[in-house]
Amino acid sequence: MTSPRPLPAALRRLPVPPLAPRLMGIALTALLRRIARRQPAILSRLGPHEAARFLIDVTDGPVLLLIEPRARRIAAHPRRREPAHDAAIRGRLAAFLAMLHGAEDGDALFFSGELQIGGDTSAVLALRNALDDAELDLAAELAAIAGRPFDRWLRRGADLLARRSGYVLSRQETSP
Amino acid sequence: MDLTIGPIAFFWSAETVRAFYRTLAASPARRVVIGEWVCSKRLPFWQQEIPGAVECLQAAGKEVALSTLTLITLRRERRQTEELFATGLPVEIADLGALKHLPEGMPFQVGPLVNVYNEGTLEWLARKGATRICLPPELPLASVATLAAAGAAAGLAVEVWGHGRAPLAISGRCYHARLHDRAKDSCQFVCGEDPDGRDVETLEGVPFLTVNGVQTLGHSHTTAAGQIDALREAGVSSLRLSPQIGDFAGLVRFYDRIAQGGTPRAQALAGLRRLMPQASLADGFLAGAPGASLAD
Amino acid sequence: MMELVCPAGTPAALRAAVDAGAHTVYCGFANETNARNFPGLNFSAQELAEGVAYAAARGARVLVAINTFPRAGDQAIWHRAVAEARAAGAHAVILADLGLIAHAAEAHPDLRLHLSVQAAANPDAINFYAETFGIRRVVLPRVLTVEEITAINREIDVETEVFVFGGLCVMAEGRCSLSSYATGLSPNMNGVCSPASHVVYGEVGGQNEARLGGFLIHRRPKGAPAPYPTLCKGCFTAPATATGAAQTGHLFEDPVSLDATELIPRLRRAGVTALKIEGRQRSRAYVAQVVRAFRAAVEAVEAGAPLPSGLLAKLTEGQAATTGAYAKTWR
Repeated sequence: MTSPRPLPAALRRLPVPPLAPRLMGIALTALLRRIARRQPAILSRLGPHEAARFLIDVTDGPVLLLIEPRARRIAAHPRRREPAHDAAIRGRLAAFLAMLHGAEDGDALFFSGELQIGGDTSAVLALRNALDDAELDLAAELAAIAGRPFDRWLRRGADLLARRSGYVLSRQETSP
Repeated sequence: MDLTIGPIAFFWSAETVRAFYRTLAASPARRVVIGEWVCSKRLPFWQQEIPGAVECLQAAGKEVALSTLTLITLRRERRQTEELFATGLPVEIADLGALKHLPEGMPFQVGPLVNVYNEGTLEWLARKGATRICLPPELPLASVATLAAAGAAAGLAVEVWGHGRAPLAISGRCYHARLHDRAKDSCQFVCGEDPDGRDVETLEGVPFLTVNGVQTLGHSHTTAAGQIDALREAGVSSLRLSPQIGDFAGLVRFYDRIAQGGTPRAQALAGLRRLMPQASLADGFLAGAPGASLAD
Repeated sequence: MMELVCPAGTPAALRAAVDAGAHTVYCGFANETNARNFPGLNFSAQELAEGVAYAAARGARVLVAINTFPRAGDQAIWHRAVAEARAAGAHAVILADLGLIAHAAEAHPDLRLHLSVQAAANPDAINFYAETFGIRRVVLPRVLTVEEITAINREIDVETEVFVFGGLCVMAEGRCSLSSYATGLSPNMNGVCSPASHVVYGEVGGQNEARLGGFLIHRRPKGAPAPYPTLCKGCFTAPATATGAAQTGHLFEDPVSLDATELIPRLRRAGVTALKIEGRQRSRAYVAQVVRAFRAAVEAVEAGAPLPSGLLAKLTEGQAATTGAYAKTWR
């Protein structure tokens, strides 16, 4: 894959204000609920693993994320206090975004060590396969939540940022 | 339940083979399957022993069948399969492809490496003329029971893997030769140097598998000794014992004793351990657990 | 042109394959009837019908793999899968079990039957299946050489399909219980090999370990590429014997994957009808990239042009690929 730079070190070192994880959790939970409403197949594909707690450790990000599909909840946790979880995926933001947006194959990212798996491997596979089928576009989802007039600005910003940073911020394929 | 002795999996010398079948003739085994099961390159080294062994076993009152290869690929191997059917002796197929050569209407037997997992397959084979089927070693007891009932209804005998390192895989490539940095075509018959196969361990020294030429076996000895009563109840009619180096005659006598039923599991396993103190035992397959495991 | 048969683990991957130029897509139901019964993967009957319609609208066909061995007492699940595949408009079903093939041939005489690689069919078996059940195509085992494939095609009257890219099985497929020996779950019975549910990754003394059913399969320095712990591609030791030196390494196969791109012209001359890409467990991104590359390759071969190469290295396991058994030196 094209190897974008890690998030700027300054950003990573930035102290996380006490309220930030909660606000972030609220925003991400809203995003998750919207996706679950529009794409129920994600949850049915998870099957029994819907009940699993997934730790997403974006290693160049400021916080840890805990996804609980059944509760339709995403919570952000400070890095120093890792929450209890059943499965974990760790890697840089670029790798996560590339997988989510279909720019890279999950297996290839796992084989090359760019993403690392811990805990319940089945649950991780189920999540990866469910997300792959969902053909998500985070920028579009965020834009939809933000509503007008911010949506167009968000999309354009995502494209610009992607071109400059190498981060894959939206779905890669163009639908025929 | 009676006892069936399967074909020799390993590459033994002609003398070892001769002595082995001579001893078997005096054993309580009911039937014996003879033939090269694993690699056709080995056959020229011991095939001259087959007629004598058949004669000696038949004279001792054993039923004898000839086994095909597990993987019939080369032209020579296919011709050999055809010749087996032409001998007039009962044939046990180890590869479904052998059915291509089955003379119309001739009865046959089915070995444990033919995939008989369900009633549909069993019934089709019965209609084709199968008289006995030894089920694949990986089947759990519930499947064995269903198939034994289907076998009874279809008029054929159902046998299970009773003892021996379970055959787990067969390949076009020879791993034994590969261990000596040789290709299959220039193997120089290195598998003959390991008459019980070559051990394979994990990186932390846990015994795991056994390489036998193109075949891979489990390292542990798979045994049905701890589940005899359940197998009898299910209607299984025979236990298959797979030849190994050492006191095989003692093993046959041991299984003959416990095959009559009534030996508690712990006692049966303890008896087996006394006969093979160095060996590890496994019976997970029948329990629906990992095959390498020994259920408690 | 040689037919390109491409994998789809999800409806999104099916659409990606068709859009990228697949002539044919194969998939399976989300249950134990197919040999890629992985978490989060595969199709419902409705998704299959939609996939068939999507493909048909773009001139492509869908095959349904029902290639595990029905469990004794539960054959109805497999019989239903065959009926559902036919009802969804599948071009053919890919079967491995003798009893299931007999059932399909009798219950659905108009349904096209392909013999799965899980049937491990050699020339005699292919002829037996063709003569007895009217099998139309056979997926050849990945353990044959090109010469053997040529010979087979001369002897049989059935189309052949061969794997050209993706995972490499080194054992005769459909006849391997290595996975159930370590985990209790097998390709034949459960549609899984070295299943993720029995994989545990760990870090010990600065090294990454991968275990399957408790057996150590790999141990690698941290940060080194970590292949999936498929049993036959694990790292083991054969202790020294009286005549053999101790060996440690990938005793069965290196963690490589198959890439037979360069052999496509020879496979075509060998009379092969269709080229198959493995990977129903891979993402739609992978499927699209591989299908696009192979479509270009078969078109180049058809036009007598040189083959495009090196497009796919990144997508292969551990970044290494082999032409596998097709070249005789593999043995």
